[in-house]
Amino acid sequence: MSTEQAIQTYREGARITDVDALVIEGFSVYYETDAGTVKACDDVTFTLKQGERFALVGESGSGKTTLAMGLMRLTRPPGHIASGSVTLNGRDVTKLSDSEMRKTRLSELALVPQGAMNSLNPVMRIGRQIIDGILDHLDEDAGVPTKDELQETVRDLLIRVGLRPGVARLHPHELSGGMKQRVAMAIGISLRPNLIIADEPTSALDVVVQRQIMQTLGRLQEGLDASIMLVGHDMGLVAQFADTIGVMYAGKLVEVGPVEEVFSEPKHPYTTMLIRSLPSLQEKREFLGIPGLPPQLIHLPQGCAFADRCPSRFEKCDESIPQMINLGGRRKTACHLYEGEGQS
Amino acid sequence: MSTFLELDHITKTFGRKGMLGDGEVTVAVDDVSLTIDEDEASIITVAGESGSGKTTLARLLLGSHVPTDGQMLYRNKDFTKLTRRERRNFRREIQPIFQDPFESYNPFYKIDHVLDAPIKNFKLASSSADKRRMIEDALEMVGLVPEETLGRFPHQLSGGQRQRVMVARALLLKPRVILADEPVSMVDASLRATILDSIRRLNRDLGISVVYITHDLTTAYQISDNIMVMYRGTVVEAGTVDAVIPSPQHPYTKLLIESIPQPDPKNRWGSEPPQQNWDTGDTQMAGCRFADRCPAVMDRCQTTKPAQYLMNEHQLATCLLHEEKGAMENSDITSTFQTETETIKAIPVDMS
Repeated sequence: MSTEQAIQTYREGARITDVDALVIEGFSVYYETDAGTVKACDDVTFTLKQGERFALVGESGSGKTTLAMGLMRLTRPPGHIASGSVTLNGRDVTKLSDSEMRKTRLSELALVPQGAMNSLNPVMRIGRQIIDGILDHLDEDAGVPTKDELQETVRDLLIRVGLRPGVARLHPHELSGGMKQRVAMAIGISLRPNLIIADEPTSALDVVVQRQIMQTLGRLQEGLDASIMLVGHDMGLVAQFADTIGVMYAGKLVEVGPVEEVFSEPKHPYTTMLIRSLPSLQEKREFLGIPGLPPQLIHLPQGCAFADRCPSRFEKCDESIPQMINLGGRRKTACHLYEGEGQS
Repeated sequence: MSTFLELDHITKTFGRKGMLGDGEVTVAVDDVSLTIDEDEASIITVAGESGSGKTTLARLLLGSHVPTDGQMLYRNKDFTKLTRRERRNFRREIQPIFQDPFESYNPFYKIDHVLDAPIKNFKLASSSADKRRMIEDALEMVGLVPEETLGRFPHQLSGGQRQRVMVARALLLKPRVILADEPVSMVDASLRATILDSIRRLNRDLGISVVYITHDLTTAYQISDNIMVMYRGTVVEAGTVDAVIPSPQHPYTKLLIESIPQPDPKNRWGSEPPQQNWDTGDTQMAGCRFADRCPAVMDRCQTTKPAQYLMNEHQLATCLLHEEKGAMENSDITSTFQTETETIKAIPVDMS
């Protein structure tokens, strides 16, 4: 394994190695409805290095959660994976059998869900829920741990996520929202996964708790040498947490790049407007929302889906869908404005 | 200057002391005094985390909670002694906007229903043409196109549009005060701006006071004139946003501001802050309620309850670090507030 820093980042303590943890190629998830096919996630390609924190952002309906669920193979009908591959630790998870996939979850790939408050069983003690997850996804060949070993694991996990060991004996209703999110993280890291998918892990929490949870998540990820895919719409959180950002719009990835570069010099007009619409503590100014609404995924235009809201629109935008252009230095964007600047 | 609503040393507790005085009591709002003025309409932010008492304060302001202690005055009259007619008028004059624009609607009724109902209830329109005109005016005021909004079902509108219809509904009643409880926390960041902008316009153009309840200090700084920060029922800091946000004086306000995820990757958070200790019940805490999490805690903080100390003309802090300034004589936190704009006179409403 290479130990060289594969990606330059301002993040302190970042250890990103030149190993591909997750390679997503041409990945599409479609929903078949009576009115037609909804391309909720369409032809998405990107790579995550080991130790990298990748943030996937976009407004509601942009396909970010569909993508995250799709690569965990948790898409429910009428949704289905229409094409593409998801290579995790060298194996294409779209080709795994259901039982193999089940073992992969939690042991290689864990989800910290949105609204952890609703993901815990209300009538089961916390310790039992953590043990259940471990026993269910454990590789049986390695032997089943004893009861004492399991208790010790639970204790250790709770301490690592910043909870008292006594929490194991409590029921979910006895915990605050932030504590429940910590329990969800403890379950997520219980089998030391290489990739943690965190879907808006702090959306219902207030700022101080949000910061504590994100910093704990970061500490756990660094301890496991894992990669993180953070899904969300809070650009502030992304700026604080991530190394790399991917911006989704109407089911497509429209921009990818190192977070420092994308924030200081966004390429795609949508990213530019998204960053400009953020309120700041430094100066008071008029609010700049993004005028208009995203298109309905069932009636996508022939050209660029953002054209109707784009200030830089020109004829070509209505004629063809822009392809991802490699701008060099790990930056990519799908916008006709940059067609001449592509590098191979 | 006439006061619309005055809270005089209001306390609200939940739970009851047992027969032997051993019951658990939660102090949700602890000795808060404030005034909402009628002529000088301002936007007041109530900030704090979950459990800080900000929603309880909102319910007290709406008259849906009865204070455990202290007095509430509506137009200088004791709130508990209002006549039915005065109470009805109060309910029209203060209008809430809630957090979740999805739950505020009955999915089986068209959007028109939430706009028709208050007009019917308060008999605001003399004819159906009159009603239609009122609804259209209110929708345009919040930046919606009536033709594209009316006649639709809630699921056909975006979260941002739905929330703006709620603002329009409040507007129909020509309120003096709008109380917005986390109005944008369930809405996408790109749509927040439009909702907050329409709320701000109501204040600037129509002279409506706004109480904006939030945990997001960035939007608070952008839209409001004044701010009060609450922590476990106590107002820990208050003043104008221009005084408080750039130079917070209470350690809790400092922590809140430092924890805001700034959209700047080159300026990341410092080390992890300590967690709140929920094990200490409110009643056991003799001193400052922030003492168990405070980085600047002193021995005295455990035993002595801090008073409100005036930092400067436009800022107060409830922290023993500032004890040498002397406790404020006027406990009304709004005495530090300021309204920058001269507002348009009240819209006359014929209630006869």
